[in-house]
Amino acid sequence: MRYLKLVLSVFIITITIISCNSKAPKKLETYQCPMQCEGDKIYSEITSCPICKMDMKLIKNTSIKNNDNISQASIFNLTSKWHTEEGNEIQLKNLRGKTLVVVMIYTSCKAACPRLVADMRNIEAQIPTESLKKLNFVLITIDPKTDTPERLKAFALENYMDDEQWTFLQGTESSVREFANVLAMKYKQISPIDFSHSNIISVFNPEGELVHQQEGLGVNNKETVSEILKLVK
Amino acid sequence: MKSQVSRIIIVFLVLQTTIYAQTRDMALVKGGRYLPLYGRDSTVVEVGDFEMDIYPVTNTEYIDFLKKNPKWKKSKVISLFADKSYLINWETDEIIKSSEKPNSPATYISWFAAKAYCECKGKRLPTVDEWEYAAMADETVKDARVKPEYNAKILSWYEAPKTNQNIVGLHPKNVWGIYDLHGLVWEWTLDFNSVLITGESRKDVDKDSNLFCGSAAINATDLMNYAAFMRYAIRGSLKARYAMKNLGFRCVKPIKN
Repeated sequence: MRYLKLVLSVFIITITIISCNSKAPKKLETYQCPMQCEGDKIYSEITSCPICKMDMKLIKNTSIKNNDNISQASIFNLTSKWHTEEGNEIQLKNLRGKTLVVVMIYTSCKAACPRLVADMRNIEAQIPTESLKKLNFVLITIDPKTDTPERLKAFALENYMDDEQWTFLQGTESSVREFANVLAMKYKQISPIDFSHSNIISVFNPEGELVHQQEGLGVNNKETVSEILKLVK
Repeated sequence: MKSQVSRIIIVFLVLQTTIYAQTRDMALVKGGRYLPLYGRDSTVVEVGDFEMDIYPVTNTEYIDFLKKNPKWKKSKVISLFADKSYLINWETDEIIKSSEKPNSPATYISWFAAKAYCECKGKRLPTVDEWEYAAMADETVKDARVKPEYNAKILSWYEAPKTNQNIVGLHPKNVWGIYDLHGLVWEWTLDFNSVLITGESRKDVDKDSNLFCGSAAINATDLMNYAAFMRYAIRGSLKARYAMKNLGFRCVKPIKN
């Protein structure tokens, strides 16, 4: 009898592991499979109940809830996890509620990135101080292997970008690729230390919807600033 | 008691073959170094060993995926992940239009959906380099790019209209045992957004150095490879949420050494 039980359980476990469908909840718990889990604010905050987390039906509910709360076009639908320069692990939806000004860079870049960073600071300088608390300037690294949270923190300090309104994010190769695709941003590693990449600054409203993109380096940022000011009013 | 156990084992063994059938649908591609049209500093690129689906993903296979992952059905998918053309050739959430064939490659699929499909199977989309590496083979050699007839054949396929309505597996397989890399549909690649050409020829000549950092490093290596130019141009013009008639996908599995 015991032997039978053993065979049965091995059988069931094997099937569970192999079947694609049952893989999803397992993934959701750990790093959230992009299959099933449309990151939803409410549900991930009630994750104190581990039983709920494992329930397949709940995932469906989540996505319905999700549609009510976060709009379809919102970047908060992405469920990938990121590390900030302070070493905290966050999801993009944790940035909800503030206007986001996003740029993708890498810290060892010698050509365009310093100018992109300068563009960001230039934009920041044109925002009234009292509005800064409604803003979050987000710099995402396209070189997550090199740009660890420590390195990003050092970069922030070096460039006087360590105030509350600056956030640096390190993702994984896959989550960075996915996020770049949301921004329609292109990049390619051309040598072990260098990337080519498009120079785009994107503005998102507090609900994570893309409202404006500025392309190019050192371009007139008047339009970008006025879009931001509209949002933080 | 004993017979019961052995019966279970038999059932298990029978299932086992269907479970691993998936592996047989993939072909091994032995990695190596090759010179891509657009590489890193225009030098050779190293591609590791990987297994590749021998056919593009078909409508039938995609239906199966949708049943298990309803959030990718056309009525459920969110606009961040797919534009309005997503599965536009489907009658309902689970039925393709009568004009479409179950064995045709699944098209009108966004990058996000294709990526999700492959991840669900424990695979991933091929990189541009992996795809190009596998696709430079013809029926007899691994790198057929030097043969003039290889290019001519691909270009004549590109000229043929409505190939997306054909079924998979009609063309002869290449030396790796893979079908339809050319002649059926364009295919998504994992890092299609690493193609830094704007699609506007005047700009590409001038290297749009304001839009792209480091664009001077981007040069084509083989000016005669029109077919490859076309593929790179398409990749350069795509956005991840686009769903197009002539754009399907297949998956790969890297082999860890």
